Amino acid sequence: MSASESRVTDSPTRRGALTGLSVLELGEMVAAPYCAKLLGDLGADVLKVESPGAGDPARLRGPFPDDRPHPERSALFLYLNTSKRSITLDLESENGRSIFERLLEGIDVLVEDRAPGALADLGLGYDALAARNPGLIVTSITPFGQTGPNRLHRSQHLNLYHSAGHTSPFGAPSSVAGRAPSKAGSYLGEYDAGLTAGLGTLAAVLGRELTGRGQHLDVSKQEAMMCLERVTIGRYANEPDPFGGRPPGGLVRAKDGYFIVTTLEPHQWEGMLDTMGRPAWAEAEWCRDPAERRERGEEVNRRIGEWAAGLTRDEIYHRAQANGTPVAPVRSVADVMEWGQTRDREFFRELDHPEVGRHIQPTAPYRFSETPWVGGAPPLLGEHNRAVYVEELGYSERDLARLSDAGII
Amino acid sequence: MAERTGPLAGIRVADFTWAWAGPQGSLLLSMLGAEVVKIESQARLDHARVHSLTAGSLDCGIDESPIFNDLNLGKRSVTLNLRKPEARDLVRQLVAKSDVALQNMRPGVLDRLDLGYEDLREARPDLIMLSSSAVGATGPERSYAGYAPTFACLSGIADISGHPDEPPNPLSGSVDLRVGTAAAFAVLAALIHRRRTGEGQHIDLSSTEVMSAMMGEAFVGYGLTGRVPQRIGNRDTAMAPHGCYRCRAEGEWVSIAVASDREWQSLRSVVADPDLDHEDFATEASRRAHQERLDAIVERWTSGRTPAEAVDALQNAGVAAGIVHSGLSLSRDPHVLARDLFDTVEHPMLGETRVLRPPWRMEGAKVSGPAPTLGQHNEYVLKEILGLEASEIEALVASEVVY
Repeated sequence: MSASESRVTDSPTRRGALTGLSVLELGEMVAAPYCAKLLGDLGADVLKVESPGAGDPARLRGPFPDDRPHPERSALFLYLNTSKRSITLDLESENGRSIFERLLEGIDVLVEDRAPGALADLGLGYDALAARNPGLIVTSITPFGQTGPNRLHRSQHLNLYHSAGHTSPFGAPSSVAGRAPSKAGSYLGEYDAGLTAGLGTLAAVLGRELTGRGQHLDVSKQEAMMCLERVTIGRYANEPDPFGGRPPGGLVRAKDGYFIVTTLEPHQWEGMLDTMGRPAWAEAEWCRDPAERRERGEEVNRRIGEWAAGLTRDEIYHRAQANGTPVAPVRSVADVMEWGQTRDREFFRELDHPEVGRHIQPTAPYRFSETPWVGGAPPLLGEHNRAVYVEELGYSERDLARLSDAGII
Repeated sequence: MAERTGPLAGIRVADFTWAWAGPQGSLLLSMLGAEVVKIESQARLDHARVHSLTAGSLDCGIDESPIFNDLNLGKRSVTLNLRKPEARDLVRQLVAKSDVALQNMRPGVLDRLDLGYEDLREARPDLIMLSSSAVGATGPERSYAGYAPTFACLSGIADISGHPDEPPNPLSGSVDLRVGTAAAFAVLAALIHRRRTGEGQHIDLSSTEVMSAMMGEAFVGYGLTGRVPQRIGNRDTAMAPHGCYRCRAEGEWVSIAVASDREWQSLRSVVADPDLDHEDFATEASRRAHQERLDAIVERWTSGRTPAEAVDALQNAGVAAGIVHSGLSLSRDPHVLARDLFDTVEHPMLGETRVLRPPWRMEGAKVSGPAPTLGQHNEYVLKEILGLEASEIEALVASEVVY
């Protein structure tokens, strides 16, 4: 499959659920690009507007093949920008702004992540855009939202993750006393914001059919993350110390790594006992009481660990699951890619790309029975300048050269 | 029942979900204006009504669980005992009058009750049904069970989360809520497709894959480099300083991330410690190479301050810094309060309760009320939606079909 064959817009036979939706993305790094990618992978036509020169900073983040930075070879950019076309445009120039306004004609959704007020300062705020295109939906994704005292605070993923209450009390603060909690791996909180924004955007698309109008969505990354901890943060809003108990035992070590045992229902604990051959220690009175078992979770896990020391994670996983007990090995990135389940479901697929060639991409966690995942290769910087500026907006080749020389595209 | 408003007004959801992940999906649809009818029963209680994976037994009545309230705001509850054939008939009638069905039982369970997608689409040909499971409805491990920590471990996210010299971090119940968010997203995409084509469909959602997709660059990166990503705690592969620093009071921290040389100069001028002038800290690469020493110097400065003082000074100079928040500190944080993130619902058992608003500021998204008590809307569902007579309902209650 070549890059062009795999591209949504070139394959009219492969219609995704969102085919026909047009999206303009003014986004960088993770959250806004993930939002637009989610739409594009389901068939929306996504046009990514990058700044001339360097483009999306995710192009400079990597990891890169052979650790050699190259703007077309960043794994971060490649993942977050599937199913998009890329043009370059300088919004700081007046000419650039008027081109941007033309691009927005007939567009359903603008996904943007500029600082609050930044687009308005360029004359491109929601009110101005909606006056020209009342159906337009503008999804603004910022670290702390469009309002409030922290709205202009700068934030990297580290700051965001720790701003949202995910490490207390159950998000596994450090097991070493006196040490700071750790953020999650990857850019998890940024992905949270992108997914949340994608959901709100689709709701606005449906709502537009009722009202005939678009709207402006204010998505705060901090709030998107907080709402994923509504169950704990909501408790603190009602009482200062709502969680007296201790968190459950955590991970256990097998011969070849860690696994987790989660026994919420009585039959799940019984299934674990069957898996371990009904050990004598589990017959003790305290161990038959779920509350006491929980209180002595470390001891329970130590006992399970003694049994597990000679077994592999996968042996334990399959045996326990056969007995109805939710047990899982801790899988590395490599393990997940080699796992029979993801292979059988074809969760990973190859895409082709002019710079990195055929490479592995995760698809999506949902399989639609009627509308396929239509993810296509990510674009080179400005790859679609000619297609968009000349073929769609009607600029001449000479205009294109002139705009390019002037640094506008 | 009051008319629903919001972008999903007019959409009805037959909700078979329980625990955390499934109910989060229908909660979001409810916040967007859909009418969610939760199908539950004393014969098979939603365990969020009685206990919590993280907090243990809730020691409360089935209508008093704050966790259940947080995850089921604004829904209707009808009690139908699916073990009874008559109850299953009523479910099919309800689905016939619904747009969406959501379920997160193990793959095959609803099919064995003749309530699988193929059965339900006979009742409602353009039905959109989403089935959420641990590892998906296909593949050799499709029958395997899981909760949030299971998904975190299987997906790869636990292995790359946490400090490098500590065990992997399976995160928290938030993993379930991510799964529910992805479910709601998929359902809305299918609704948009249905509006355009009239076609419904079934969606098979893997909870584990939801988490793998939220770290996708790690897989692409492994494919390109052959290097397996590892835990790096609060550090970064490029930036330094990049971490959480001790503040004046025990257990209080400030996060600081310096992303450019300009920000580094700003940090230097704020901290104003001559030790930062050392040539070892002149470039990003050298700062990263000497970050333990660097961290100690930065921490000398933060440890004399509150998190808010450190954040103010650094943000004023253009350096990314933030309070390391707990649930408690967030509930009192001036920015969170100014944004009015907490709403109040009047719960019949819990009384006035503060809950989090929807995660977007948009027209029509809101918390429309507390979670239902068990069977609170039996009469509404059976009489107004399904058109049963009072005498029929009494008989169904007596025979424990409505139970």
